[in-house]
Amino acid sequence: MSSITQYLNLYRDNRADVHSHSVELLNESRDDAYAFLQDKSLPDKGEEGFEKTSIEDMFSPDFGVNICRLNIPVDVAASFKCDVPNISTLLGVVVNDMFVPTATLLKNCPEGVTMMSLSRAAKEQPEFVGRYLGKISPKDNVNVALNTLLLQDGVFIHIGRGVKLEKPLQIVNIFNSPAPMMSVRRVVIVAEEGSSANILFCDHTQTRDIDYLSSEVFEVSLAENSHISICGIEESSNHTRRYQQVFVRQESGSNLYINSSSLQNGTTRNDFTIDIVGEHCETYLTGIAIADGEGTVDNNSNVNHLAPHSHSNQLFKYLVDGKAQGAFEGGIYVAQTAPFTEGYQSNSNLLASTTARMHTKPQLLIYNDEVKCSHGASTGQLDENALFYMQQRGIPKDVARTLLMQAFMSEVIDTIPVEGVKDRMRHLVEKRLSGDFMLCGECGSCK
Amino acid sequence: MSENKINNAPAADEDILRQATGDEYKYGFVTDIETDIIPQGLSEDVVRLISEKKGEPEWLLDFRLKAYRHWQTLEVPNWAHLKIPPIDFNSISYYAAPKKNAPHSIDEVDPELLKTFDKLGIPLEEQKVLSGMAVDAVMDSVSVKTTHKEKLAELGIIFCSISEAVKDYPDLVKKYLGKVVSYRDNFYAALNSAVFSDGSFVYIPKGVRCPMELSTYFRINASGTGQFERTLIVADDDAYVSYLEGCTAPMRDENQLHAAIVEIIVEDRAEVKYSTVQNWYAGDKDGKGGVYNFVTKRGLCRGDYSKLSWTQVETGSAITWKYPSCVLQGEGSTGEFYSVAVTKNKQQADTGTKMIHIGRNTRSTIVSKGISAGESENSYRGLVKVAPTADGSRNHTQCDSLLLSNRCGAHTFPYVDIMNETAIVEHEATTSKISEEQLFYCNQRGIPTEEAVGLIVNGYAKEVMNKLPMEFAVEAQRLLQVTLEGSVG
Repeated sequence: MSSITQYLNLYRDNRADVHSHSVELLNESRDDAYAFLQDKSLPDKGEEGFEKTSIEDMFSPDFGVNICRLNIPVDVAASFKCDVPNISTLLGVVVNDMFVPTATLLKNCPEGVTMMSLSRAAKEQPEFVGRYLGKISPKDNVNVALNTLLLQDGVFIHIGRGVKLEKPLQIVNIFNSPAPMMSVRRVVIVAEEGSSANILFCDHTQTRDIDYLSSEVFEVSLAENSHISICGIEESSNHTRRYQQVFVRQESGSNLYINSSSLQNGTTRNDFTIDIVGEHCETYLTGIAIADGEGTVDNNSNVNHLAPHSHSNQLFKYLVDGKAQGAFEGGIYVAQTAPFTEGYQSNSNLLASTTARMHTKPQLLIYNDEVKCSHGASTGQLDENALFYMQQRGIPKDVARTLLMQAFMSEVIDTIPVEGVKDRMRHLVEKRLSGDFMLCGECGSCK
Repeated sequence: MSENKINNAPAADEDILRQATGDEYKYGFVTDIETDIIPQGLSEDVVRLISEKKGEPEWLLDFRLKAYRHWQTLEVPNWAHLKIPPIDFNSISYYAAPKKNAPHSIDEVDPELLKTFDKLGIPLEEQKVLSGMAVDAVMDSVSVKTTHKEKLAELGIIFCSISEAVKDYPDLVKKYLGKVVSYRDNFYAALNSAVFSDGSFVYIPKGVRCPMELSTYFRINASGTGQFERTLIVADDDAYVSYLEGCTAPMRDENQLHAAIVEIIVEDRAEVKYSTVQNWYAGDKDGKGGVYNFVTKRGLCRGDYSKLSWTQVETGSAITWKYPSCVLQGEGSTGEFYSVAVTKNKQQADTGTKMIHIGRNTRSTIVSKGISAGESENSYRGLVKVAPTADGSRNHTQCDSLLLSNRCGAHTFPYVDIMNETAIVEHEATTSKISEEQLFYCNQRGIPTEEAVGLIVNGYAKEVMNKLPMEFAVEAQRLLQVTLEGSVG
């Protein structure tokens, strides 16, 4: 029996509850998703594109879903320790899937910018939200359909036309539950023409011994000449599973930067599908993964060039230790309609133990001859000569190793467009590598 | 002046490419000789019939039947980046042999057949023995003639058709057959194991360096047949052999199936060099007809410090599905893969290699050059796997694609699986068309665009061409010319 059946049964048995605890707009597409999922199954290990991560296994335990929207008590204040030093942000907290705005956000949110609960936005302005919700993610994707089936809340971010937001928007995701739980979230980001914004996400699990599953679907639309950067840091627990799917549509002249960093996690699978439909777009997709214990980090990208004169660059670096497993599957697709495309992709990995595993598959699909595309991948270990050189000069081996690993990661960190975030990432990676890294809300080092 | 030239250059390019992609297949003749074909279709009875016709021992029939039964449980693989029309496995005849077979000297060979090989230009006849090759020619399903056998026998080298080997050296064949590519390996390997008709068998004894290139020429002649040959090469300790393989087929409207298996076993400090020039009929300009080339090739570097090198020039076949692989089991063993794959018109190719590192300090090199023209699809698919036991192993992969038209596809699917922290694995790939700057540079120096394109393509493929043995390099060069005529100087 596919694990999808248990979710279908859950919906069938609790349809009335799901509908009565959600807003109309979210309820509209549930039955279609239910019908679509009938004869489907979630991707399993070994299927093309899912070589190392079984979504089936990820979803198969019996997770509770908070259908009736019970309030789970949470120490929201702890999340404030995640403040990025030196920069002030407009902060919102998402507890499991419920959005809690902070006082500063309510007070200081500039005109033309909306950052609020998806369900509230859908309730207050159904027509407006309906224009974007479910429009970018494909309807025939099994996990998206499952997300649609059980979706009750999430985040809605709208940057109005020409608005250049200086303060970054920050979303702190807190996973907290007394029992094994699955949270289903949707994040809709809309950047209107000529707008720009930096958006930060971080994931934290507060109940660290409880199994937790997060199903997230991002729908990001960039109108002409908009600039959006999205930085996500994952610092959850090794009992946390996350399946995040990011769908982006880029119009002419838009500029997108995405960084996805997994510093602490259980099983993580991230899918990035970026459709470049307008000309002269720029796309940067970057990521860091530091995995140890029995963790898994699996990043999968599809950058689809559908229009001419665009530029994309992907850079992912992994450090895999312990019995952890890293996987990267990158894709650049250049359609016949997209001449003068430049697409680059690079993936470098360090293996730090005999039991660590790394799988990488950087792919190119090219249907046009007016292109420049390349990809590179390497897997290896720290340079012995460099280590020796540093030890010769009195740097202890441990410190030398950490320094080299930091240097290895800094190529990715240096691409982060927000200075304060860059410093913070450097700090977090350093903490992580030197081994005294814990949930940042608890370690106190971020104060 | 120079401005005019720049403007003209793309137009000239297009002309050249049109000429190139319009070139017809030159090996598309049919030889009119009597052929013994069994009725179409596949069943246990057919498998038994093939075995009976070949007078095979019981164990081989068992092997075939096991394979056939396993094949029935399998489904056609569809993971490759290929559009394969459904194949009706019951409309294929699984055995076709020239009637006058098993000649004992060159005089007994059917003169028509000799003419065929003459047309192919392969050195089968005695007069061509001077070129120093030992040739086993496989026409449709049966090995027709093996030259130089006596001379090789003096050194203890066995080079004969696999059916002869089954009769004369049953122990050797039994020991090695199916040990590298099991009948359970994949759909087409199972099919081949059930119905394989002939192929070559090579055994190089300990410490012997084979003094000449061994060569097999494959040709599908009869219509409505499939060719399922099997090659088995064993290089014992400290042995060396260079083996060449060439393929052609007549032009036919319907598609012909070619599902072969090549197994190679390399013992301690031995070296095997396997070169292929594949030029099966690729179908016409509209993609009608052509050979489906679904081949499983794998070598096992079982011995310490053994070496296996694959070199392939792929210009033919309507659809190619082929991944010559190396299993690097012995300590310090080396695997190499050099490939040039050219596709034009509506050809499709999904080809590459697998390097499986198991032993310590194993090394592998992959160099793949794809050239796609017309409306063809050319994919590189390769796996580099480093097992936990493979300390200090090393791989470097370079795969480049060159696009010659704006309607073709060039794709890269590299799989890299690392389970050992001391391994170093690198992969690089680029995709581009011939740069205007390079063409302009040549033009400036008085080299016409046509020659310049030739120069650049030649230079691009040189790294691989250099790895081919002399005699083959000439043929391969000629093939590249035929395939991309006008663009190669």
